[in-house]
Amino acid sequence: MTDMTTTVDNGVNVKALLDAREALKAAPEAAQFKWRVTSTWDRGVHTTVRVKDFFGLGQEQSHKSESVFEADHPEVFAAEDNGITPIEYLLVGLASCLTAGIASVAQNRGIQLRSVQATVEGSHDIRGILGVDSDVRNGYNDITVTFRIDADASREEIEALVAQSQKRSAVFDALSNPTNVTVQVA
Amino acid sequence: MGVESLTTVVIGAGHAGLAASHFLSAASIDHVVLERGEVANSWRRERWDSLRLLTPNWCSRLPGHPYDGPDPDGYMTVAEVVDFIDRFATVCRAPVRTHTAVTSVRRVDGGYHVTTSQGELRCRTVVIASGACNRPAVPPFADAVPSFIEQLTPFDYRDPSRLPDGGVLVVGASATGVQLADEIRRSGRPVILSVGEHVRMPRTYRGRDVLWWMDAAGVWDQRHDEIEDLTRARRLPSPQLVGTPERRTLDLNALTGQGVEIVGRLAAVRDGRALFSGGLRNVLALADLKLGRLLGTFDEWATEHGLDDEVAAPERPEPTRAPDAPRLHIDLNRGEIRTIVWATGFRPDYGWLDVPVVDAKGQLCHDGGVVDSPGLYALGLPVLRRRKSTFIHGIEDDAREVIDHLTRYLAGAPA
Repeated sequence: MTDMTTTVDNGVNVKALLDAREALKAAPEAAQFKWRVTSTWDRGVHTTVRVKDFFGLGQEQSHKSESVFEADHPEVFAAEDNGITPIEYLLVGLASCLTAGIASVAQNRGIQLRSVQATVEGSHDIRGILGVDSDVRNGYNDITVTFRIDADASREEIEALVAQSQKRSAVFDALSNPTNVTVQVA
Repeated sequence: MGVESLTTVVIGAGHAGLAASHFLSAASIDHVVLERGEVANSWRRERWDSLRLLTPNWCSRLPGHPYDGPDPDGYMTVAEVVDFIDRFATVCRAPVRTHTAVTSVRRVDGGYHVTTSQGELRCRTVVIASGACNRPAVPPFADAVPSFIEQLTPFDYRDPSRLPDGGVLVVGASATGVQLADEIRRSGRPVILSVGEHVRMPRTYRGRDVLWWMDAAGVWDQRHDEIEDLTRARRLPSPQLVGTPERRTLDLNALTGQGVEIVGRLAAVRDGRALFSGGLRNVLALADLKLGRLLGTFDEWATEHGLDDEVAAPERPEPTRAPDAPRLHIDLNRGEIRTIVWATGFRPDYGWLDVPVVDAKGQLCHDGGVVDSPGLYALGLPVLRRRKSTFIHGIEDDAREVIDHLTRYLAGAPA
């Protein structure tokens, strides 16, 4: 078992996270975040999505700079491929969320990571969204994430990192459990 | 044992098989009606005690056999339906053979070979009238429900007094689902209703039964080949109606007003937790929007036919109220739920049909009741030829047209 000294550095400020945990136990209202994006239809199935502001810790916040994401469909969907598909963005979220969790848990457990790579694959039967067969769901039928991790740890320790990461992953929860989604017209 | 030879075999002595027999006799086509139980078997064996038709009695006619009782605006009980169909069988002098289960139908030269529990038959044509509701359709994750919870389908449910005390989860918001949720709630038990896509209808609209409007405005007469998404139309859950003397509306607002809790569609049972969709608001909105369109169709028809003075003013029901935060899961191990009623629909059983006319979903391949095999026909399926096919009174036109096709087939006429 590696000792928890400053020689283990995955770049995660675990101290700040642990301090926040304590503070928020006493102030749950500060823990209420609202993430926001705004989108504009371009043309066809091409949409541009901008992300900058969010709410958290009791006040409006802002990323350092605005991020812009293009979403489109590929040419095999008879579209123009100006960006990745919306459904692929979910896999971007899942891979990055789980990876961040692994890094954080590894730091907290004093495990030095050398490399963490994941391939994420979502099985998607497009007959759902095309309305061919109403028994086929619109979203993924299943998603598989495969991690390749090189770390100063045993296989059991690495597996435990990955398990804990899922247990505390926002995107994993959002994808694997139902969420109330309200879509309204202003 | 010899093989009996005849022209037509009808499978099933419900209202559909008997209607087929009526038109076969009228065309002098020799036939027999094979029934695994008794006439109107499903009504006798597979329905719950308080059930009434959701169609008013003036609507319930079989060929040459209208309702002639004292309450044309009322709704027949199960016993009355059995009696109604029984009398029809007698009047038709239908050649019914009861307690004769069909175990195989296969194609042979010139027709079909039918194997039954009482012997073999050979015939030129077969009419499948075994119905669309032979088995309850229960989702596969029913297996993951903790074993202490009693699980019932509409086939085993009879009345609330036979249920364990404690909470009941009713899955499915079709007519069956809302009727059972209502009845079980009135028994004093907590009820949670899991709601997916559903069809909302008021019992009365502008002073008339909503099904009067469906009939008069021609919605029920819409033909199968005029319907854009026929597969979807055939799978529509039955509308949320109940037949009561007070003609009350039994929609989700009526249920939540009585303290029924609604949750989203049951998506999975995982680690003893029932997981519900977070899309409940959307299915409520879909049903409300669809109802608005239907009532608009009625209003337009009334205006076109100068009836605006004869009926009450147009109205729109209140939107379906959604809980602020519908529950997304229930821990089935905690004991809140002691019974689950699966009001999740039915499937036909074609296990005995050894002709390749059943698709990957277990549904019969047919075009308006003409099955994809020469001399093979079907009656009594939802939206077989018209929207009204799904209801008892729809059988007359369907049976007349299908038997007409069969008659021409026997005469060697081109299809």
